[in-house]
Amino acid sequence: MEALLAISIGVLVAAAVYLMLARHVLRFIFGLVLISNAANLTIFTAGRLTEGMPPFIELGQVAPDPGVANALPQALVLTAIVIGFGLFAFALILMFRTYTTLGTLDSDEMRIAEPREDKS
Amino acid sequence: MSWLLTLPLVLPFLTAVAAFLTRESPWGRMVSVIGNVLFLGAAVLLFSHVNDKGVIAGQMGGWPAPFGITLVADYLSAVMVVITAITALAVSAYALSDINTRKEYLGYHALFNILIGGVTGAFITGDLFNLYVWFEVMLISSFGLLVLGGSRAQIDGGVKYVTLNLVSTILFLSGVGLLYGMTGTLNLADLALTIPELENQGLVTVVAVMFMVAFGVKAAVFPLFFWLPASYHTPAFSVSAVFAGLLTKVGVYALIRMFTLVFDQDIGFTHTVLLWVAALTMITGVLGAAAQNDMRKILSFHIVSQIGYMIMGLALYTPLAIAGAVFYLFHHIVVKANLFLIAGVAERIAGSTDLGKIGGMYKTAPFLGILFLIPAFSLAGFPPLSGFWAKYVLVAAALEDEGWVIAGVALLVGLLTIYSMTKIWAEAFWKAHPEGTDPTLATLTAAERRNLLLPIGAMAVLTLIIGFFPQPFVSFAETASMQLLDPAAYIVTVLGETAK
Repeated sequence: MEALLAISIGVLVAAAVYLMLARHVLRFIFGLVLISNAANLTIFTAGRLTEGMPPFIELGQVAPDPGVANALPQALVLTAIVIGFGLFAFALILMFRTYTTLGTLDSDEMRIAEPREDKS
Repeated sequence: MSWLLTLPLVLPFLTAVAAFLTRESPWGRMVSVIGNVLFLGAAVLLFSHVNDKGVIAGQMGGWPAPFGITLVADYLSAVMVVITAITALAVSAYALSDINTRKEYLGYHALFNILIGGVTGAFITGDLFNLYVWFEVMLISSFGLLVLGGSRAQIDGGVKYVTLNLVSTILFLSGVGLLYGMTGTLNLADLALTIPELENQGLVTVVAVMFMVAFGVKAAVFPLFFWLPASYHTPAFSVSAVFAGLLTKVGVYALIRMFTLVFDQDIGFTHTVLLWVAALTMITGVLGAAAQNDMRKILSFHIVSQIGYMIMGLALYTPLAIAGAVFYLFHHIVVKANLFLIAGVAERIAGSTDLGKIGGMYKTAPFLGILFLIPAFSLAGFPPLSGFWAKYVLVAAALEDEGWVIAGVALLVGLLTIYSMTKIWAEAFWKAHPEGTDPTLATLTAAERRNLLLPIGAMAVLTLIIGFFPQPFVSFAETASMQLLDPAAYIVTVLGETAK
């Protein structure tokens, strides 16, 4: 299971890097979504995978049995997903404003803040 | 005692809520100033307590460390919270006249105070994942502040700022995940105890480099700084000033914290890399500044160059060098925020920050000239201003450690900084105005003069105080450095006596 997840993380990162190297900023944002999900999977996998042992406390006991799944990495991933969602929403709106204000999403043409020097 | 720790954290967020609710009334802007006065009071309380009693820690929600989230203030954290409060107060007073009602309606004051809350949180948290959350709080409010108003240049700079910072955040998050996988803890003090016991120290170094890159982007070190000069000259001047003063310094703080407390296993490798990074950051920053012709762009590149000095202090890793880095942090925040505020006044009265389009301000506004000279020469390291002592401590530490090259680089970069500062002086203040107009402070209303010049004057006075009476500040920095290099007190305060 770890191997499978590790491979999918690798594929996600590879696809993300490919997208993020594009000049088109919208592609960059899609790459960012993929790589942030790769990071979430990394946390999930690094926190050890446990099958069929949900972290429940049996009725009448005060602590779970040893060997149950670790709930903390999942809590971390959940937080990261929520934050990532907010940032992604902001980034998409920013792209929309960029397109309406600057008329382009090609990063080579986005030189308003840092204009090219005159060659004359 | 945990209310001392939570108070400086809660106040900015309460201020933000109050400022948002009153954003349409003329009182909205005063709410921000009053909130920051209270915040400064809380920060000073925290600092005086840490100064008297040593490191303090508070366990949030009653969960004992390392299971719950810990807030902890040692000397470095407490000093950083105080300087954050000073900057926040100065900038919120400046914003009274700098921010127009449209930006206020869009929520400038609320975003500003959330940003301050995020910065404070990052300084006093003792938990790695919590640090990530504070970084995000800081980031999302800084995104909002940067593009507030939505001019073409702001949107353009904003895209670069947002995308590159998001990449660094994801790297940080992956590093947190891997470190948790190896150690099973996220508490910084607990990490400091667990990491030396791990079998595979090579993996620790790999993760250390991930953190170095992630915080390196935030701190704008070579070769990861490109987002900074692309964006910092675009927003309102108060936003530029608070970004320049505080945001990159949170990255530097995180580097200092992680690479003294947690990642001190393979100093031969990590701190050598940091030393090279420091030298290259200083040089590229100062050369980039020399090529620019706009006040804010020159100052932005100088942020990069000055970050190099702080990283140099961390990389040398001797008590004196770390003390130098802490002193530099403190001095730099005051000076840099002030220079951006002055650039704002220059634009108000002369019409631009482009050096080709302005001039003559020494003749017509000599008071502003003097206010500019103090932070500018302090930045360049003229004795007896604060920057001189900061550079002196760092260069002395480098020579003591026989780091001839890095000491030479630091001195050379100081010299080149004078070049940039004299360029601004000669173009903006000395030469005649190209259109023959006389920019004077009299064009501002009395309220504008008070709101804009009072914070600048106060911060210039602070620069002078640090410059003329450096001894107490150097002793603060030395105590902070001792605590960083020997974190036993920090660990015991967080985890309890049993930890040793």
